[in-house]
Amino acid sequence: MMPASSQPTPAREIAERLTALFWKRPGILLALLLAPPLLWLGVVYVGSLIALLWQSFYSIDPFSGVVVREFTLKTYGELLLPQNYDIILRTVTMAAAVTLASAVLAFPIAFYAARFAKGRWKAVFYLGVMLPLWSSYLVKVYAWKLILAKEGIVTWAANGIGAGSLLDAVLSIPVIGGNSLSTSFIGTFTVFVYVWLPYMILPMQASLERVPKSMLEASADLGAGGLRTLWSVTLPLALPGIIAGSIFTFSLTLGDYIIPQIIGNSANFIGMAVYSLQGTAGNIPLAAAFAVIPILIMLVYLAIARRLGAFDAL
Amino acid sequence: MKKILISTTILAFAASNAAVAQMTAVGDGEGELSIVAWPGYIERGETDKAYDWVTKFEEATGCKVSVKTANTSDEMVALMNEGGFDLVTASGDASLRLVAGGRVQAVNTDLIPSWSKIDERLQNGAWFTVDGTHYGVPYQWGPNVLMYNTQTFPEAPKSWSVVFEEQTLPDGKSNKGRVQAYDGPIHIADAAQYLMAHKPELGITSPYELNEDQYKAALDLLRQQRELVGRYWHDAFIQIDDFKNEGVVASGSWPFQVGLLAGEGQPVASTIPEEGATGWADTTMLATDAKHPNCAYKWMEHTLSSNLQSDLSVWFGSVPVTPASCTDGSGMQTVEGCTANGLDDFDKIRFWTTPVANCSQGEGACVPYYRWVSDYIGVIGGR
Repeated sequence: MMPASSQPTPAREIAERLTALFWKRPGILLALLLAPPLLWLGVVYVGSLIALLWQSFYSIDPFSGVVVREFTLKTYGELLLPQNYDIILRTVTMAAAVTLASAVLAFPIAFYAARFAKGRWKAVFYLGVMLPLWSSYLVKVYAWKLILAKEGIVTWAANGIGAGSLLDAVLSIPVIGGNSLSTSFIGTFTVFVYVWLPYMILPMQASLERVPKSMLEASADLGAGGLRTLWSVTLPLALPGIIAGSIFTFSLTLGDYIIPQIIGNSANFIGMAVYSLQGTAGNIPLAAAFAVIPILIMLVYLAIARRLGAFDAL
Repeated sequence: MKKILISTTILAFAASNAAVAQMTAVGDGEGELSIVAWPGYIERGETDKAYDWVTKFEEATGCKVSVKTANTSDEMVALMNEGGFDLVTASGDASLRLVAGGRVQAVNTDLIPSWSKIDERLQNGAWFTVDGTHYGVPYQWGPNVLMYNTQTFPEAPKSWSVVFEEQTLPDGKSNKGRVQAYDGPIHIADAAQYLMAHKPELGITSPYELNEDQYKAALDLLRQQRELVGRYWHDAFIQIDDFKNEGVVASGSWPFQVGLLAGEGQPVASTIPEEGATGWADTTMLATDAKHPNCAYKWMEHTLSSNLQSDLSVWFGSVPVTPASCTDGSGMQTVEGCTANGLDDFDKIRFWTTPVANCSQGEGACVPYYRWVSDYIGVIGGR
């Protein structure tokens, strides 16, 4: 350290002035601190979304295949073409089915983990739910492809216990069936449920844990049986958690384009359509219009979820 | 009409621009070279010691090679649009787009001594030659073969009909659910090629130039194929898996998959049926704003004169563009290997080209590629 000098260095002088300024006007400091994250959110995040939205109002010239930079709703009209409408319908149906199945499957698990599992078992439950999330998503999907293959373990096991004809019967169901589990919508559905299930269990468990014991005791004191308590007390109180979980499963299924590409009968989902339209086709407007669909669906979904109090459980 | 005018003007401008930039002599290397390439195309012995065609080039020229791999033709076009690269190994469905966009420049073939070694049938390929000007140097090519299971087919299938029409295969079972097709709109060309042989009344002359009627017939054939196909293949390794675990016995494919499956001892072979086949031919193209043109020219010469053609064709399952590389022992490739990869089938192959509206049938007479994409999505979706 230098001996304290009566003459402050220029750098020190600036620092002192700044400190004084910030002290007098705390708003400036706040603005400086907030500017980078706000710029990030505003320009990079919202900005790219707006650019996307903007693109969807352009159209592609049917003659030359070049993007025409004039405002038009033609591209949105194209979404109503049968083959494009199919894609939207297929994706939304799949997302809804996956969400419903996840909720039904997750509830008993979350219920047990929240209410009955104690100490070490609780840790085991957490670990069991989280473990699949630690391995790569792609590895899991490829593993499922092998499990569900025509010559895979499921078919082998079904034949082994004499249920081969049952499996064939299931696969011969029109639309959702197919040549094998891994080339049918049943397979796509199974893998979606497997991959997104933890995202349903965790918020559900959190909300179940928050249901006060006193309420359950009150319910019992008033003479309600276990089922009645579950239906009239636990379920309504846990609903926000279920909705929160469904936001994950629904939106993740809505946007995924890897699973249906590897497992299923190659019919397009929204994500796959966006991928191929913006890539190979150079049809950015239609890709953008497709990308807007999940955003709209999720906005409506979130508005409803908010009413039901889902965000209290996040 | 105005749009056509504008686009032709741009084309003309791009062409004249490129002509100005064309080099007249190759000077000393600039010390660096950056290439956009398909995965596995440029190996320096890091994946497998036996496959190295970069190290010696670097030692001889002092040009340090850096490679940026791209997985699709569109990624390649996007990277070249970004700029900053010297060379790109573009396929036929990207090369003309790069030329039209003014992203690549004409190559002075006089500066490439080994140009004459190139297969004469490739020297003026329409996918990189515009009005007699060469926009690159052929790199490697290969056919899209019909891969089949040798237990199901004791003899090679003679026609692509096994993947297009429902029929009983030699093992007595239907082909339904046991065949695959490529999950890319360019597969419409395979259907068109099949129709060229089986419905001559449609008058298809090129599977990449289809008018409305011809295009509709091809789509109808593909809808019929949808009934037979369990899953379309997209990723080479998924197809390999489907042949092993999914009971698939026939599909359009690349020699790459055939080689890998046969190498594992699977009962698989490939053939080019009587209708012929589609194929791909890649070209090394030089960026308009290349910063290291001397190194780039040295590399283009290197691609033709070193062990590259021979060893790459073994590594990738493709065919050298210099036929001599099959026999001269410059690398590991042999005559048998070249035959297996499709060398003798050149005349049966129609190489991938981007379908455009203005084709040999007239201005705006053909269905452009973007419609191929959206309609093929519809076909796979069951429409």
